[in-house]
Amino acid sequence: MGLVQMSPTILSISSISKSFGALKANDGITLTLGRGEILGLLGENGAGKTTLMNILFGHYVADAGEIVVDGVKLPPGEPKAALAAGVGMVHQHFTLAENLTVLDNIVLGTESLWFMRSGLSAARLRLQQLGDDFGLAVDPDAVVSSLSVGERQRVEILKALYRDARVLILDEPTAVLTPQEAAALFETLKKFVAKGLSIIFISHKLGEIMDACQRVAILRGGRLVAEREVKDVTRGELAELMVGRVIPKPKADAQAPGAVVLAMKQLSARRANQTLSEITFDVCGGEVVGVAGVSGNGQSLLADCISGTYRHARGSITMDGVELKSDPRFAVATGMARIPEDRHAEGMVGDMSITENVVAERYRSVEFSRFGLIDWRRAHSFAETVIKTYDVKCSGPEARVRLLSGGNMQKLILGRVLAHEPKLILANQPTRGLDVGAVAYVHAQLLLARRRGAGVLLISEDLDELLALSDRVAVMFRGALSQPLPRADATIQSLGLMMAGQGFLDAA
Amino acid sequence: MRLEGIENPPLARVIGLPLVALGFATVVCAVLVMFSGASPFQVFGLMIKGAVGTQFAFLETLTRATPLIFTGLAAAVAFRAKLWNIGAEAQLYIGAVMTVVLGTGLLPLPWPLLIPVLMISAMLGGALVLAVPTFLKTRFGVDEVVTTLLFNFIAILFVSMLLEGVLKDPAGMGWPQSEKVVADGLLPKLVKGKRLHFGFVVAIAAAVVIWIIDRRSVLGYEMRSVGHSPKASHFAGIPVNLVLAKTALLSGGLAGLAGWSEVTGLRGNLNLDLSPGYGYSGIVVAMLALLHPLGVIAAAIFVAAVFVGADAMSRTAGVPSYIAHVMVAVSLLAMVAALMLTRYRLRWR
Amino acid sequence: MEAFEILFTASLWAAAIRIASPLIFGTLGELICEKAGVLNLGIEGIMTAGAFSGWLVVYLGGDLWLGVLAAALVGATLGLLHGFMTVPLGLSQHVVGIGITLLATAISYYAYRLAFPEVTSPPKIEPFQPLHVPLLGDIPLIGPALFQQTALTYLAFVMVVIVAWFLYRTPLGLAVRTVGENPSAAEAQGINVVAVRVGAVMAGSALMGIGGSFITLSAFNSFFFEMTNGRGWICIALVVFGAWQPGKALLGAVLFGLFDAYQLRLQQVAGAFVPYQVFLMLPYVLSIIALIVMSRRVAYPRALMVAYRKGER
Repeated sequence: MGLVQMSPTILSISSISKSFGALKANDGITLTLGRGEILGLLGENGAGKTTLMNILFGHYVADAGEIVVDGVKLPPGEPKAALAAGVGMVHQHFTLAENLTVLDNIVLGTESLWFMRSGLSAARLRLQQLGDDFGLAVDPDAVVSSLSVGERQRVEILKALYRDARVLILDEPTAVLTPQEAAALFETLKKFVAKGLSIIFISHKLGEIMDACQRVAILRGGRLVAEREVKDVTRGELAELMVGRVIPKPKADAQAPGAVVLAMKQLSARRANQTLSEITFDVCGGEVVGVAGVSGNGQSLLADCISGTYRHARGSITMDGVELKSDPRFAVATGMARIPEDRHAEGMVGDMSITENVVAERYRSVEFSRFGLIDWRRAHSFAETVIKTYDVKCSGPEARVRLLSGGNMQKLILGRVLAHEPKLILANQPTRGLDVGAVAYVHAQLLLARRRGAGVLLISEDLDELLALSDRVAVMFRGALSQPLPRADATIQSLGLMMAGQGFLDAA
Repeated sequence: MRLEGIENPPLARVIGLPLVALGFATVVCAVLVMFSGASPFQVFGLMIKGAVGTQFAFLETLTRATPLIFTGLAAAVAFRAKLWNIGAEAQLYIGAVMTVVLGTGLLPLPWPLLIPVLMISAMLGGALVLAVPTFLKTRFGVDEVVTTLLFNFIAILFVSMLLEGVLKDPAGMGWPQSEKVVADGLLPKLVKGKRLHFGFVVAIAAAVVIWIIDRRSVLGYEMRSVGHSPKASHFAGIPVNLVLAKTALLSGGLAGLAGWSEVTGLRGNLNLDLSPGYGYSGIVVAMLALLHPLGVIAAAIFVAAVFVGADAMSRTAGVPSYIAHVMVAVSLLAMVAALMLTRYRLRWR
Repeated sequence: MEAFEILFTASLWAAAIRIASPLIFGTLGELICEKAGVLNLGIEGIMTAGAFSGWLVVYLGGDLWLGVLAAALVGATLGLLHGFMTVPLGLSQHVVGIGITLLATAISYYAYRLAFPEVTSPPKIEPFQPLHVPLLGDIPLIGPALFQQTALTYLAFVMVVIVAWFLYRTPLGLAVRTVGENPSAAEAQGINVVAVRVGAVMAGSALMGIGGSFITLSAFNSFFFEMTNGRGWICIALVVFGAWQPGKALLGAVLFGLFDAYQLRLQQVAGAFVPYQVFLMLPYVLSIIALIVMSRRVAYPRALMVAYRKGER
């Protein structure tokens, strides 16, 4: 006896299908959301959750199927109609105009575009009222770029509430929060439900779904594979439903760390609104050092300074005793393998071929060029080796990288950087957005390198990943780095508190 | 309306759509021609005849194509690296200035030395003109489109100042023009008694060299990478600003060569009529050639044929020769749309 | 007359405002396009087409205001073409802009030659006459500068207020600013990004057309080749100089006009020592300097020159 029968349905999705080229992102999905319910939508990356929600919201047009909100069929491809029907969406990547104020972002599109004047003062009052009612206070006149990630999420939610949303969709809302903030968000969601809202909560994290939802629908490979009451299901069952096969957990064997390979002394830097203050720590050969932290606390800047793409202001970075010169080529030559945070924008040039991409770090070496001319035959055979060794699925070395899936692109990057037995691997969010299989592959490669004696600096926002792979974990908060904790002493809770600033007296 | 990517566009699409684009440009011009009361068929017939109908016409077309190959290469090289050099006009004029400064008697060299020296100095002059906007782009983030455009006006005024001042030909009867380049600095004609000159051969050679640079060299690879993604290039360790600087020198140098070749091959001296907008037409040539160096040769000959043909047609049919400019502009717009449509499909829903 | 005294002549200030007027229209037009995220390099050609079409309508017997309207319509049409190619098709804004400039210029010249195959001196029309505002027009220095101008100049100043009000006080203006900052944010709020962007480019291009018509209907009384003379490019520099704000853009245009008027007069004083081309170069040099000075200081629209493709992955 489920909730569906007990309360009337507010939203029903029937037989939605959507393909992108050969990929079936959604395949005949049928789903209902009851009034006053929190429905979890669980699935690994690439299972089709975001596509489904983008169809519901009118960003994409489905190839087949229909969506009915409160008895009314939604016209496809019109976000405006979805909004008018009371569907509000909090996107995983916030959709806020950063140079505009909170108020501007919220009232946009709520008034007829042909009015001669915006009713901003009335809007301001209403916003304050909403903030008080739901405990989501935010300064209406603040410019969005000055807000923290948590505040921006609040603005996103207020945008939906301001439009009297009856169905609220949250796409991976905890990805940018500390575990404690996430718990607070769940409480807020329960408040919403008490006030009559219905919520779809999208996540690939089992624990969150168990904590936040009443019912859960599981997507896999674009299909709806199961619907369960949360109280009737265990974590293990959910995991199996989500993945559909048993994925071995990464296991780091105990091994004694070797000599220091990477050493930072009082590293300081500043870029836009990110800073690094006096960071000092070492990574040894044969160990994985994890860096945790809420997005935007200086991790990108730290990675850029180490990888040589940004010049630090003070302090030093040395590898094997050699001081690095803020030059990516020098870092590569010294034996650093760099896995960038954003593989599409930084890792690969999408419009160039696999061959052209795999030599990008070394095209000037004697291996690939002579007298200013590139030896494309050698480059080609190197690309073939990488494709074979790392099992990259593609049509060949001349395929454009843009056409590869995220997992295959990441394998290509691994192939490019690991081919020369690096001494240090700088892995910045190496598994973000990858499906479970690709994640396992990346983890295995990192652990393989560790066993070979390479040091690994793993920067991640995924605490499960950090705890599974790291020998030591440090936390970044407002540009400062904590002392690394041995893995045995680190828990989700302790790291979560540090991510919120506990123990950072100087920086906070 | 939205666009849907095509993973492996069929050959018919890749070749057909650009042809459709040129056909579209022809139709637009035909409609404009009808406003004049003339028959489009007759007008296009006269244009074709005037461009390639006789040996004289064809040689004239190749002569006109010569500077366009240089400026087309200049634009193609720069656009590959996403350096928006719209200032080939300025670079052409400064290249010509360098040629007449050194070539009108200052250097008493025999031709095997003088010609290369003039060539190199014209390239340096053009390169220098583009180096300034490129520096402003890499150092201050100033958009090079506007600065290169503004430099066109500055350069013309600068040349005008020189031609009424230090470079003025005392025997020029008051006209603002320079002295003639000495005989050792002039390029030989390719066909006796015709205007086509050795500059055309240099232009073809330049296209081949650029093609080799693009396909085989480290610099070509770097330019492409920077053009597609400065961010990924920077991450991989490609010195983005240095590559842009090298690109600017190459592109500006090629445009400078256009000035050199016009002065030493055709005009003999420098005046303000040296270029009827070759710098701007070079942009069209480069786009029509899909930025391919060898394609630039064909595209330059096509554009030159349109201009030469229109001039000839205008004399007999009385339709304004500006129809050629319309043709070239519509071809440009239609071609960029066609190129996009080879890789994307339009979907109305 | 000394170089310094020129500054206190009424004719200098009147000329400054007169020179600034087309730039104000053009700069406001470009500003609207760029606020919506579209760089419109068609401006130079659109101003030329506006100058020609406005003049032609008046020459053919139309009212002066009908000429202005025609220029605006021609501008909007070219804007539609530009917008269609750069927004839904997402083509390079650089290439399309240059293409529009070449096309608009070529068609104007072609049509002019078609209409007047063999004229030695350009045909003339009766242009807008200065309107002397009572009382205010009699104030020394300020009067001639601000209150003895033609109706189109007054319209330029009114336009600054209208554009500022539109951008910062109306819902549609907010939509325009948002599609130029973050199109996804606008889309998520139910705004049709493509329609707003294309509309903004059309409106902006209409203003550019009016700016062009000022040259033939107010500043001069005939059309001749190359009369736009880089004004469009200068407007693009002025948008940057004005930090994408209508008020500051007005200030920039007037400063520019003042400088240009001053150099014209200085030429007469110092022309014997310095070649006149140096003076003519100064406006362009000044524009480049303005770009350098302002380049790092301003918050440009974040999505400027970024194509938005709905549903692309």
